[in-house]
Amino acid sequence: MTIALIYVAIFIAAFVAVRATGRFVERQRDFTSLKTVTFGDESAVRPNRIASIISVLAIFLIWGAFTGSKITPIHAPGPFLGETSFTYTAQAPDLSTDEGVVRVNVHRVGEDAAKPEGADGGEGFAKDDAASVAAWRSGLIRVDRNDVGGDAEGYKVIAIDGQPIAPGETVKLADGTVTMTPKGTLNFSPDPGWQMEKIWLPAPEDVWNRLIEIGTDGYRGFTLWEHVGWSLMRVVAGFALGSAVGIPLGYAMGLSNWFRGWFDPIVEFMRPVPPLALIPLVIIWFGIDETGKIVLLFLAALWIMTIAARAGVSGVNITKIHAAYSLGASKWQILRHVIIPNSLPEIFTGARVAMGVCWGTVVAAELVAAEKGAGQMIVAASKFQLTDIVIMGIVLIGIVGYGIDILMRLAENWLVPWKGRS
Amino acid sequence: MSGLSIENISMRFDLPNGTSVQALQNVSLDIRQGELLSVLGPSGCGKTTLLNIVAGFLAPTEGRVVLGGKPVVGPGPERGMVFQQGALFEWMSVRENVAFGPNMKGMPKAESAGIVDHLLDVVGLRDFKDKAVYELSGGMQQRVALARCLANDPEVILMDEPLGALDALTREKMQGLVLKLWKETGKTIILITHSVEEALLLGERLLVMAPRPGRIHKEYRLPFADMGVDADLRDVKKTEGYAETREEILTMIWNMEEEIMGRTEAAS
Repeated sequence: MTIALIYVAIFIAAFVAVRATGRFVERQRDFTSLKTVTFGDESAVRPNRIASIISVLAIFLIWGAFTGSKITPIHAPGPFLGETSFTYTAQAPDLSTDEGVVRVNVHRVGEDAAKPEGADGGEGFAKDDAASVAAWRSGLIRVDRNDVGGDAEGYKVIAIDGQPIAPGETVKLADGTVTMTPKGTLNFSPDPGWQMEKIWLPAPEDVWNRLIEIGTDGYRGFTLWEHVGWSLMRVVAGFALGSAVGIPLGYAMGLSNWFRGWFDPIVEFMRPVPPLALIPLVIIWFGIDETGKIVLLFLAALWIMTIAARAGVSGVNITKIHAAYSLGASKWQILRHVIIPNSLPEIFTGARVAMGVCWGTVVAAELVAAEKGAGQMIVAASKFQLTDIVIMGIVLIGIVGYGIDILMRLAENWLVPWKGRS
Repeated sequence: MSGLSIENISMRFDLPNGTSVQALQNVSLDIRQGELLSVLGPSGCGKTTLLNIVAGFLAPTEGRVVLGGKPVVGPGPERGMVFQQGALFEWMSVRENVAFGPNMKGMPKAESAGIVDHLLDVVGLRDFKDKAVYELSGGMQQRVALARCLANDPEVILMDEPLGALDALTREKMQGLVLKLWKETGKTIILITHSVEEALLLGERLLVMAPRPGRIHKEYRLPFADMGVDADLRDVKKTEGYAETREEILTMIWNMEEEIMGRTEAAS
């Protein structure tokens, strides 16, 4: 909630700041910048690149600030660390009271957990205590153990730092809180601050270091490039098979009544079935090794490519077909020289969708069962609470997916330069 | 002997609601070789249907089309077609578009290249051979379409409002080009148009068709196409008889339109 408010605040502050400084910057005077109507004219809305840069910076800033990262200059308040103390007031069965001091060393998980000095000191029957508690955790402190008469019937702790406490109640202190359990034991929780613990969200540099480490040493017997490469290989194989069957099938459906009638029910039924829903059946039929995954991706790509090819055929302007016949072309020549080139834009659109779906499906399939692959890497890491690997994997999956789309768009511009220009 | 005859053609479409439309009724026509025929009529008179039947894209419900003694049963390279727009292949260059017909016939590249070069010179696109067709203006694209049709050396050229999508100035220029090509090649041309002026200028013979049912209403023999071959088309428009004929045909078409409107109003 606080993070969302901070994000909105950065959004507004950046907008105001860029607006204010933008007045002094020379504006580019192209045709679009001279349009006076921009609200409602989508073509006049161009992404503000300064906003894009600030947007990315803001994400890293917030990420770093709430994880205690070294890359950000400002940080949200961290957890309390170091030594703190509070006093407790104990009441003996004869209703006499005495105060003792509890010294607590709050340390990071896995670091020095030494208890502070000064235990068992103090006058009267309530003796001082010492304890150590890890940050973001809590610890029981048995103050009665070393008190004189602490095991007597009727002995109880009645106040912390002068504030009365009873079983089930919580007292707030400067560096944490003390809760009394129903049985009367004190439970100290040091102040967690605003930052996230590593197993929830590691700092950006931790993720980066993990990337370097796994990039050189690998993870679970495979290098990072093998994990990502296997995922990619499955996508390419499944997509290639799906296209090899789907595109001719789509053409046949667009050119022949019999094919259209025969495959329409199948295609229309299979199209809305999400490939993820097929994972269990595919595992039952083909097992969890490569065959199963490639079959799954084949099915994911098949219907998309079939429908794209069919749409490509139906999108041919009939005058082009008539023109080709009037120029003496045969059916095969028309297929080869008119229908196929004319359907390429649709096929490329379908291919981009299919590659996106296949990439999503392969990660999901690897989450379910795999030995290697990007999805397998993050699901294995999550079982050991290696959140940095999980985040690194998600970022890599996003980058690879984005890269695939860019490559497809480049190929499209190169192979289908006439798209949208007829 | 390779004249084109349209023998008693009728065309009926059945509509899904049980009624039917008589698009053409008993149309008969003989076109001699080398004739330039323009066909004019209000919308719905069946002129495009007639052209599609001659091209072989539609089969008439009655009657037949005979070209050079052989009945037409489907599209063929001896009947070339020029469309209004959108018929060029965007994935081919100008040169490849024009060479399409010869290449499909299996003509050797060297031979077809000569034809293509010559035709692109004729239509004035010598410097645009290797451009993509989507880089050309609408008028230039129609020049490519004309050249592509001629490259196949058809006996008859069918033009379905070939200049309909062009602006007025380009259209005038292209009308001159059509006349020039007609004279130079001696092809039989059937030209469908909406424009009375175009029909007058580009028709040795002009048919006015009437709708519901589609039929030939009146036929003219005109001198303007022959004049236009050598003279400026704007001068042709000033010649005696041109304005009178134009007014007569316009009145005729207006009356047909009024009649249709009246009939629909009476029916409703």
